[in-house]
Amino acid sequence: MKRFGEMLAERTFLLSALASSSITLAILAFMVFMGLPLMKEGGFFQLLLKPWAPFQGSFGIYPMIVGTGAISFLSLVFAFPLSLGCSFLIGAIGPRPVRRGFRRLIELMTGIPTVIYGFVGIFLLVPIIRELFQQGSGLCILTAALVLGLMITPTMTLFFCDSFDRIPRSFLDAADALGASPVQKLLYVILPSAKKGMLNGVILALGRAVGDTLIALMIAGNAIRVPESVLDPARTLTAHIALVIAADYDSPEFRSIFTCGIVLYLFTMAVTFLVRYLGQAEGRRE
Amino acid sequence: MKFRTLEGLTVLFSWAAGLLLLSAVSLLLGYLLIKGYQSVNLSLIFGDASPLRAVLLKERVFDGLFPAIAGTLVLVILSIVWAIPVGVAAGIYLAEYAGSRVKKVLDVFFDVLSGIPSIVVGLFGFSFAVFLHKHYSDRIGPCLLISSIALSILVLPYIIRTTQASLEGIPLDLRLTALALGATRFQNIFLVLIPRSLSGIMSGIILAIGRCAEDTAVIMLTGAVASAGLPHSLFSQYEALPFFIYYISSQYANPDELMQGYGASIILLLLCAGLFSLAYGIRKGLNYWAFYRP
Repeated sequence: MKRFGEMLAERTFLLSALASSSITLAILAFMVFMGLPLMKEGGFFQLLLKPWAPFQGSFGIYPMIVGTGAISFLSLVFAFPLSLGCSFLIGAIGPRPVRRGFRRLIELMTGIPTVIYGFVGIFLLVPIIRELFQQGSGLCILTAALVLGLMITPTMTLFFCDSFDRIPRSFLDAADALGASPVQKLLYVILPSAKKGMLNGVILALGRAVGDTLIALMIAGNAIRVPESVLDPARTLTAHIALVIAADYDSPEFRSIFTCGIVLYLFTMAVTFLVRYLGQAEGRRE
Repeated sequence: MKFRTLEGLTVLFSWAAGLLLLSAVSLLLGYLLIKGYQSVNLSLIFGDASPLRAVLLKERVFDGLFPAIAGTLVLVILSIVWAIPVGVAAGIYLAEYAGSRVKKVLDVFFDVLSGIPSIVVGLFGFSFAVFLHKHYSDRIGPCLLISSIALSILVLPYIIRTTQASLEGIPLDLRLTALALGATRFQNIFLVLIPRSLSGIMSGIILAIGRCAEDTAVIMLTGAVASAGLPHSLFSQYEALPFFIYYISSQYANPDELMQGYGASIILLLLCAGLFSLAYGIRKGLNYWAFYRP
């Protein structure tokens, strides 16, 4: 009887694990299944490179891919130096109370809902950008990237701090013994050995920026065309899904959102594998 | 000399970045609180209805946030109810039963799952609803049930990972004591390991609750609408706080509605900040004594 209970428990645990992992595959399967008719017509890769021209029967998602790329990349450009400075402050430079307090604050910042970043972005930052550049409505790539950059900074900073924390104690003690100041320790000991971990942080933050929906949807303007400057509005893949979903179930426009879904899925999968690969490479080296 | 300059610049740069982030966050939160604090009062939540009668479901609330708050609450509870058993069980399997090869494969799956953008999970939920609608019943469309299932998929990796990590963090001697006294594997897990790692598991669950409460992308695809009243069945559409904020930001008709948006934002912010502080607090405070059985 006891043995039967044991087996039942193990089976239940195994089943839960299998069920949860099969969801990962089920999501991809659903995307492919629903997007198949459109892909059969045009081919998956052509869809990625074709322009969006519904009246000519072309449902390529090239403008959305460019929009996603531009907004995410620009947000990284803003977030990277900011996160670097903040993680320096937390990791080595600040006095002890500042380091702890600042870390708490940043941990708390990861809990601010995305929709609130978007909400404040619309009513505070958009008018400022509109007045500053005197062009368009203020709903543009630049505004979205600024807000998105602010949103991913805490995540990136915490990843950087984690990679600083993983450095062997003996390295730091050696630097201390040689009379290094905190800055010197940071620049010549911590930073060189934390490079890989920091790269991980950047990649994961990029994944988060690409996957975010609300900020781009609320602030980037959502125009379907290839943007020419950072003051142009743009539509991201995620926002495209959110905007088109209300349409008729069987229309080709509707099918195009599954192509977007597949692209996003494959991208995050690539991010995951890259991070895993880097992690394994690091593990081997040590 | 050159090194000195570099070092000096680094210090300057770090403080500047810290101050910049601090001022950006204070600006964000300060703007929200200063513009919106006046709107936070009982009539924001209950409109013209009397609070007590509204909570007892005797009176409908028309121009208040009560339906949205109730919707979010029901949604979070449902999602967590689906996610906890499966997530904790999968975490236990990963930490205690899986062989190293199986673990490696499952690890990859859960890593991918945790990286999938929430809008894609929402799209999955939506197409699942369409699938059910076509093949099983006309009554099923995007609804509370579908939303809660999709949200539970979104937070499943959090619960699995925190469960796994806190189980794996238990030192070996504690692991072996009960086994050496003749306990079975299952008894060891339930009477020793789980109570011991409860604080870790709880903090993961609370983070998952926070994620469910704030997520907008999933619910806007799977059944959240601007006005539906209180959620009355699993198969009905519903209102939710984050969706309300999004909706107001793009569709507000007059300053009063906008003020409601500010009020809703403050409520959601306080809710999520509270949950986060709780999760971080619990990880330190709560320990296995809470569920200690003599």
